[in-house]
Amino acid sequence: MKSYQQNFFSGSVRKTSFLRLFRNRFLSGLCIALSLLTLVPLFSIVILVIRNGLPLLNLNLFTQLPPAPGLDGGGFGNAILGTLVMVGISLLLSVPLGVLSAIYINEYAPVSAMASAVRFVAKLLTGIPSIICGVFAFAAVVMTSHHFSAIAGGVALAILILPIILLTTEQALLGVSAAHREASFGVGATPFQTIWRIVLPDAMPAIMTGIMLAVSRAAGETAPVLFTALFSQNWIRSVLEPTASLSVLIYNFASLPYAYHIKLAWSASLVLVTLVTLTNILAQVIFSPKHR
Amino acid sequence: MAGPVTCEYRRRPDLFRATCFLASVLTILLLVFIFGEILTKAWPAIHRFGFGFITGVQWSPNREVFGVLPVLIGTAASSLLALLIALPLGMAIALFLSEDFLPESVRQIIRFVVELLAAIPSVVYGLWGIFVVIPIVQQFGTVLSEHFGFLPIFAGPAYGNSLLTASLVLALMVLPTITAISRSSLVAVPYSLREGSYALGATRWETILGVILPTASPGIVASAILAFGRAMGETMAVAMLIGNSQRLSWSLLSPSNTLSALLANQFAEADGIQVSALMYAAVILVLMTLVVNLAGEMVLRQTQRATAGLR
Repeated sequence: MKSYQQNFFSGSVRKTSFLRLFRNRFLSGLCIALSLLTLVPLFSIVILVIRNGLPLLNLNLFTQLPPAPGLDGGGFGNAILGTLVMVGISLLLSVPLGVLSAIYINEYAPVSAMASAVRFVAKLLTGIPSIICGVFAFAAVVMTSHHFSAIAGGVALAILILPIILLTTEQALLGVSAAHREASFGVGATPFQTIWRIVLPDAMPAIMTGIMLAVSRAAGETAPVLFTALFSQNWIRSVLEPTASLSVLIYNFASLPYAYHIKLAWSASLVLVTLVTLTNILAQVIFSPKHR
Repeated sequence: MAGPVTCEYRRRPDLFRATCFLASVLTILLLVFIFGEILTKAWPAIHRFGFGFITGVQWSPNREVFGVLPVLIGTAASSLLALLIALPLGMAIALFLSEDFLPESVRQIIRFVVELLAAIPSVVYGLWGIFVVIPIVQQFGTVLSEHFGFLPIFAGPAYGNSLLTASLVLALMVLPTITAISRSSLVAVPYSLREGSYALGATRWETILGVILPTASPGIVASAILAFGRAMGETMAVAMLIGNSQRLSWSLLSPSNTLSALLANQFAEADGIQVSALMYAAVILVLMTLVVNLAGEMVLRQTQRATAGLR
């Protein structure tokens, strides 16, 4: 405020106003330049993943096994299958738990110690690093069964996505209008009938969005499966043995000194990024405004 | 119709409610189980090494000597450096998205791009880092250490797999967190405050620096704290880029290590007391991220309360 008064009486209004204007323009330019600067690394990632990943991309990648070190040819069909299997296991474990918990804390006991406890747990779980999920699965599954396995990887991923599913389901249930519930109770429906026939169908698109987001997150994660499912050169035969996954394949092959394996890592990145982006977009399409 | 309407089903116990209740109990027990399991498996190491684990500088599984001080320093340093790089960029994008410098369509594209950054898997960042960032850091690092080698942070030979490389990629990875949270706290600044400032004759940037940023500052601080927490827990990209060395060094251009990268690298081949020591390291990592995240959440909650009062 003081400086404005000085400017006003000092007679150099024109000069200071030029300075102010210049500073204004300069900072705007700087802000825009910095924002656009972040486009550079992103474009670099996307372009490199496409350029290095495309040359090898053909059907063999999806149907063949990785080559032995130093050899060419082959693909990573087992890794794609392994990723799908482990994401499937994690969904089987966490969707019932997350959705039912969300129903309890939103429909049956919204204001209770239990509800705040569950919300607190979900918040804490979102905050812990993904590798801790792997550490837990290692302690709870690998150390007790003495085997690296797809089950252990699935358990680790389930812990990772449980909070996502729980919190998005809660938001989905909150989005169902109270009038629907009241009308249902008004015609004599029991709480179960109201939830099953009125609330859940209405909230389903949003719940599916949450599940798709969880799939996209789980498919891209490496740390939880790195030392729980480990890796395998072969097709998965049972969920009780070490299993390959796309993300661990990228990690393992990226540091190998063989050109072909590095190309495979880039192709796997292309497949993984496409998978993750597609599920992400699919998630937003399912939850389009016309459903609300 | 003969007889009253039967309402027998209404008197049956609500099994669905019981199932949902059970799921909630399981969710809570799960957290207890997770922490309990990791603590139990870490107990032999906690019992044997005690506090010396945190102050020790040696990590040699063969001799059963375990100390994580260099790794703790590496974790803090890489996350802090990443934050220093990401904060100005994140602030610029948040301002860019909340102010009307450019038309809405351009802003939509930038927002989409930043969201895309968040969706790219960590391991792909690592792969990209190996082939793009490492050569760049190697080249610039050599020049830096030649000319500024007298500064301890640039001293010694320059490596591609270094603290700086990991921090650069980490910065990119925490950018979406910073942008999203600071943007929402910038948007929450009431429009009347802007109008008041413009009415006094302030330029756009005098308004931003004098009115909007100070009002939104708690939210920006919260975004920085939460981004710091994310950077500490980030594993794969760091494990692929930081060089995994437990040697203490001042130089940004020398290899280092972080807690999560240590876990990622050693768990698969560990056995005996090493597993326990790694579990101990995991306990420390959990505690550090929990403290940072709780601090961030608390600041964020304070902010929301404060800006709600302004309306």
